[in-house]
Amino acid sequence: MSTTSLRRTALYEEHGKRGARLVPFAGFEMPVQYSSILKEHDAVRHRAGLFDLSHMAQFILDGPNVASWAETLTINAVDSMKPMQARYNIFCNPQGGAHDDTIFYRLAERWMLVVNGANAGKMWAHLNANLAEGVRLENLHGRNALIALQGPKSVEMLQPHVDVDLASVKYYFCVEGNVYGKPAIVARTGYTGEDGFELFVFGEHAPGIWNALLTDHEKDGLEPCGLGARDVLRLEAGMPLYGHELTEEITPVQAGQQWALKTSKPEFIGRNALVEQMERDDYSRIAGLIMKGRAPAREGYPVYFEGKPAGEIRSGSMAPSVNGANIATALVTKAAATIGATLEVEIRGTRHEATVAPLPFYKRPK
Amino acid sequence: MAQPEKLLYSKEHEWVDIEGDVATVGITDYAQNSLGDIVYVELPRVGKQIEQFGNIGVVESVKAVSDLFTPIGGEVLEINDALEADPAAVNREPYGAGWLFKVKLKDVNEKNNLLPAQDYEKIAHD
Repeated sequence: MSTTSLRRTALYEEHGKRGARLVPFAGFEMPVQYSSILKEHDAVRHRAGLFDLSHMAQFILDGPNVASWAETLTINAVDSMKPMQARYNIFCNPQGGAHDDTIFYRLAERWMLVVNGANAGKMWAHLNANLAEGVRLENLHGRNALIALQGPKSVEMLQPHVDVDLASVKYYFCVEGNVYGKPAIVARTGYTGEDGFELFVFGEHAPGIWNALLTDHEKDGLEPCGLGARDVLRLEAGMPLYGHELTEEITPVQAGQQWALKTSKPEFIGRNALVEQMERDDYSRIAGLIMKGRAPAREGYPVYFEGKPAGEIRSGSMAPSVNGANIATALVTKAAATIGATLEVEIRGTRHEATVAPLPFYKRPK
Repeated sequence: MAQPEKLLYSKEHEWVDIEGDVATVGITDYAQNSLGDIVYVELPRVGKQIEQFGNIGVVESVKAVSDLFTPIGGEVLEINDALEADPAAVNREPYGAGWLFKVKLKDVNEKNNLLPAQDYEKIAHD
């Protein structure tokens, strides 16, 4: 494959120096692993891991009407967000399918919207096509960097290097401060099922911060982590990944994200379709599966219930935090999605039993 | 890790250790390293006749499913059952405890289609 057209994040050189295996992802050359996906997974669950997520797009939203405008494009509430609060939100198409799943950050004077890297172009076009008065957009994709520090030791590792009290930053809130003396938005958000922070920094400051954290906390077990570990971590934590559990065809209702759907909002793109889908309640939906055998379930494998086709696998992996079982998500019929139901997954022509389990598969110890 | 001298290799990164008319088969250090953490190995059943370079199973890492080809043909005599509980043995000891299966050779001349260590070395480092 030609890599000439791939973009590079501000941390590209650092990944090379640390021996990362790079793969094309969302148009960027991104690290899929450094040492081993399982070793990196272990670091995040028990100590901490450091991720380059600069392929994700950061859009700045500015102006007096951002909140009221964003309400009309998204399923969750925006206007009720407090300053420095973060909130998961989904943009839908008129049929209710997910255009992208995102996080809004309400900063002191403006807003930041973080969208999936693979959807950056589509989302930038969508926002501009629906632009309203009193809203200005700025696209920082590929310019700013995003470094995530995730794991139970995140607070103690980061605290010495920031000028803000991290204990006062609640889950899904953020502060504007300095990390190693460089300006950053420090958000207590993540995609691993662990406590942790996402650091939004200028691209030119990213290598310094990345290397300083790794140098200062290697002794504490901090590991650079790739997207391979991140995918296992998020699947265990029951978090949807765009393109898998959410797509233009798979709605937030089907993906089990009703908690983020505010039908009390009078009007937003996709509202009618989603309300109707919920009322009918006959839709295929995302179920969590635990395989009984050792063969992993993979995306696209057919799923059967009571001998009949019931859907397909959307994500699957061996799960170290679920006793090493093979876990998966599947989009299956309502009947097949019953907790405790026995399904069959067809793997290379042979059917293997799986049990429907509640999501998430893993919750961090309190 | 250097390629053991006494083994023969395929271009698909398998090794063969031939003793008399029995061959032990595994994947190379280069292969296990490229695959990453191995979580599942699917092997042919004992007694099955397999053809040289035929697709006879899969090796799965956390991220990916890879086809497994046999570097030599014959009848499957034994498979490494220990890999069911400990597939990571292929990562740790690709030339030892991580062996995959044993074959009773159909035609010992098939080994002429395989590479000695120094030739395989060139492929593995490209």
